[in-house]
Amino acid sequence: MPDLKDVILDYVKKEYLEEDDDREVTYDTPLISGGIVDSFSMVSLKRFLETKYSIQIPDAKATPEVFDTVNNIIDLLKEFHIQ
Amino acid sequence: MSFPDSIRSLFGRELDTIRSGGIFKEERIICAPQSSEIEVEFPAGSSRQKVINMCANNYLGLSSHPEVIEAARKGLDHRGYGMSSVRFICGTQDIHKELEGKLTRFLGTEDTILFPSCMDANAGVFEALLNEQDVMISDRLVHASIVDGMRLCKAQSDTFKHSDMGHLEEKLQLHAKARTKMIITDGSFSMDGDLAKLDQIVALAEKHNAMVFVDDSHATGFIGKTGRGTHEHCGVVGKIDVITTTLGKALGGASGGCVSGRRELVEMCRQRARPYLFSNTIPPVVVSGANKVLDIISSTTERRDILERNTQFWRKGLTAAGLIIKEGETPIVPVMLFNAKLSQDFAKELYHEGIYAVGFFFPVVPKGQARIRTQLSAAHEQHHLDKALAAFTKVGKKFDILHKTKQEIIDRFGQ
Repeated sequence: MPDLKDVILDYVKKEYLEEDDDREVTYDTPLISGGIVDSFSMVSLKRFLETKYSIQIPDAKATPEVFDTVNNIIDLLKEFHIQ
Repeated sequence: MSFPDSIRSLFGRELDTIRSGGIFKEERIICAPQSSEIEVEFPAGSSRQKVINMCANNYLGLSSHPEVIEAARKGLDHRGYGMSSVRFICGTQDIHKELEGKLTRFLGTEDTILFPSCMDANAGVFEALLNEQDVMISDRLVHASIVDGMRLCKAQSDTFKHSDMGHLEEKLQLHAKARTKMIITDGSFSMDGDLAKLDQIVALAEKHNAMVFVDDSHATGFIGKTGRGTHEHCGVVGKIDVITTTLGKALGGASGGCVSGRRELVEMCRQRARPYLFSNTIPPVVVSGANKVLDIISSTTERRDILERNTQFWRKGLTAAGLIIKEGETPIVPVMLFNAKLSQDFAKELYHEGIYAVGFFFPVVPKGQARIRTQLSAAHEQHHLDKALAAFTKVGKKFDILHKTKQEIIDRFGQ
């Protein structure tokens, strides 16, 4: 079974990078402050996590800071006991 | 004291952050009517300089057209200066209804409602039409006013990669169970100057039972054979459910916007759109000028044809000079410089050469995509474009970026 981190990283690459975008995205790459995911498009990432792991992320927790890196997102998921 | 030093310094620090981030905006003072040649005082307090304007949205050159000014003047005489009312109390004159009718016929829709601006139209339209059971699926490069409007609406939102029809279809499938789905896009994208694939979008909308929304502010009046807009260019007139557009660009450039489209949707805006319900009616002088603009562009394609020729000359000229432009066919022509500082320095040098154009960089455009956005006008005469092209070539030579690849420019100046 693929690692949680890789599931999220794969989704981010597929959802947000254009085909000709050769930027390297790692677990620590700033997604929102780095201009890869705009704060408005972040909603699809939130929906992906909610659907995939059957959770409801309150809007107050779905901030650009919390979603800024894959590692940050992993920390958020830990609060929902998903590891 | 209601504004103690502690609060003043709080805002002062925020402004300092904006300045140090290099994104502090300063107004250039124009001391002339809007035109292809203007007198500018920049920075404020410096002597005025005559420059060729390459950054106005005055696509058809109607902002200071004598017939439009005359019509506006007559409107002032016959219908007064202000209405002191919102539309539905006592702010609707015969000329407002006349303008809505002309816009409906020009755009090939069923009905139209005026708003104080297209920003207001976009801010109000989604909330008026959609609720929690619906979903809005927007292109990722739509204008900021659409993003704000979507945020004000309780419907679910989602985005698709810019002009990526495969990704759009995935999203339509993902949200198949929503009561209604609305695909949202600009017709002509204001930063890249490319056009939405409206024919394909309409086909997907029909296949997946979705509505289509287009903001055609940077297209109405000049895109398409008779200037009706992106829907005409793509052969889908009558198939767009909601068009928003502006009177503040090609159509005289004063102010005002509208929602035009399906009768029931426009009526819903009259009942529910908050910027329509709670802000003043467009002043009679502006409506009168806009009525004349619609008469002009409905009777002849002369001005959009000149604009098309100017655009072709400019795109061809910049490319031959060795500058990198975003390919396309619209009069929005971005000259790609990739590096933020280079875009600012390049604009400054152009200004010294008598050319007024503005550099754009992150966050207005993606990182590493800094550019100077040039915009053509039917008011540009050949000698304006010749001079502007010579200036771009001279400045390009000075920075040694002519006939260089993107990578070579990035290697030299950074991304």
